[in-house]
Amino acid sequence: MAYIEVARVAKSFVTSGGAAREVLSDVSLSVERGEFVSILGTMGCGKSTLLKILAGLVPADSGRVTVAGEVVRGVRPSAAIVFQNYSLLPWFSALENVRLAVSAAFPDWPREQQREQAVRHLRSVGLGDAVDRRPGQLSGGMRQRVAIARAFAIEPEILFLDEPFGALDALTRDSLQQELARLCSDAGRPITTVMITNSVEEALLLSDRILPMTAGPRATLGAPVAVELGKPRSASELLHGDQAAEVRGRVLGLLTEELERARGARRSGAPAPAVTLALRVAPEME
Amino acid sequence: MKRVADFLLPAVGVVLALIVWWATSTVVPDLPSPMKTWEESKIYILKPLEKRGEMDQGIALLAYYSLMRVARGFLLGIAIGTPLGFLLGMSKTLTRVFDPIMQVIRPISPLAWLPLGLVIFQKSEPAALFAIAVCSMWPTVINTMAGVRAIPQDYWNVARVLRLSRFTTFAKVVVPATLPYMFTGFRLSLGIAWLVIVASEMLTGTPGVGGFLWQEYNSLIYAHILLAILTIGVVGFVLDRLMGLAEARLRAI
Repeated sequence: MAYIEVARVAKSFVTSGGAAREVLSDVSLSVERGEFVSILGTMGCGKSTLLKILAGLVPADSGRVTVAGEVVRGVRPSAAIVFQNYSLLPWFSALENVRLAVSAAFPDWPREQQREQAVRHLRSVGLGDAVDRRPGQLSGGMRQRVAIARAFAIEPEILFLDEPFGALDALTRDSLQQELARLCSDAGRPITTVMITNSVEEALLLSDRILPMTAGPRATLGAPVAVELGKPRSASELLHGDQAAEVRGRVLGLLTEELERARGARRSGAPAPAVTLALRVAPEME
Repeated sequence: MKRVADFLLPAVGVVLALIVWWATSTVVPDLPSPMKTWEESKIYILKPLEKRGEMDQGIALLAYYSLMRVARGFLLGIAIGTPLGFLLGMSKTLTRVFDPIMQVIRPISPLAWLPLGLVIFQKSEPAALFAIAVCSMWPTVINTMAGVRAIPQDYWNVARVLRLSRFTTFAKVVVPATLPYMFTGFRLSLGIAWLVIVASEMLTGTPGVGGFLWQEYNSLIYAHILLAILTIGVVGFVLDRLMGLAEARLRAI
């Protein structure tokens, strides 16, 4: 049995009109211990909801989620989550934000050790000089660095990343992606990671496996694509390498099929899929 | 030029108000003119800390007594109102239990509470505090409640993801997130407390600006009524500004 096992999960939300809208339907996946898996899909396809179910933030309507053989009920102590919108507490400094996580994860440690741990992880993301600044005094990229430091500071076994770089500009995104890859490999122990993204390149850079997600409503997962490239991966390797091109081609092929299917569905009255994915992919294909 | 206007325009307003006052005093025989009010009141203003009798004291002393009474009633009010606001904000069930009672209690005038306070406590001082607390706590209750409800889902998620204990969640997430709302409540509550003080001092005859006002009315010294009214206005204005400054500092975080 795989480390994270999701079997036939479905989730509906009640809309403001009172009608039930099925966001996820019959989603199954498995993630091995230490694996980095990306769930790739268009905006609004329900992939964030799926991540929240995996993380134990939202209960599924039906189906089963297990981690290390245990059924998920609530957030696991060994799991860290990084959200797209940073989710830092604005009244605390960067250091206090990280310390809050450390003291909750390691309540038995002496205060000095908790502080040390927080400072060390802020340094590891290059924020050694900004520990006393509040989130409001930091740029978006720096805020997400704090959030990443906070996630790694609790020494997690599982990392859930919900479009962690989605709100950042392209340059900041590139450098943070590389940094995340470095932090994962530097951790010195296997970290199982599930990342939600709408960028094929991001998925290619970081993942062992890519799971394309069909457009919602009633979203489900397509056939996984393995990315059999050594890590760390360099930008040029991804840009010019034959293997990368082949994987990219397969992922894009699956997603294009998916977009075509969604377009057909739109003609028959279903809601339109977001076009962001197509836009994000285009320049990188040239 | 802008500085001159900043000073000049409010001055024009003051002068106009004085003219209206003076004009009214020429028509209403018992209303003292601005000049007469100053003549009869200047001893209270020029010797603000002099104590000549129980009610016959400098205006600063009278204002001080009233402020102390307001402070006690206000602190009592927010000491009850703040926790109540948090409870109602965090529990929909409690809100449904208490909402009808609150809606009925809220519009009751201080003049109605005071006799009840006298019946319960038998003394004027605790009755006055009771009336101030009961009337002034509602903005604090309601704003604190609204503040808790307005906490973004993100912050609740942080608490859940970090697996914070209930106490830590309250102390490190709920209270800081609610603080600006709470302070808006405090500011409004203090305004109401200051309104209530005059009514309660008038009814109980205790020394303070309101008590002084009522006594001077009974002694037919109408100029002192105007003195008391102006004092009440100025003190209320200063209180509101001070709370406003504290609030602005909190919001800047």
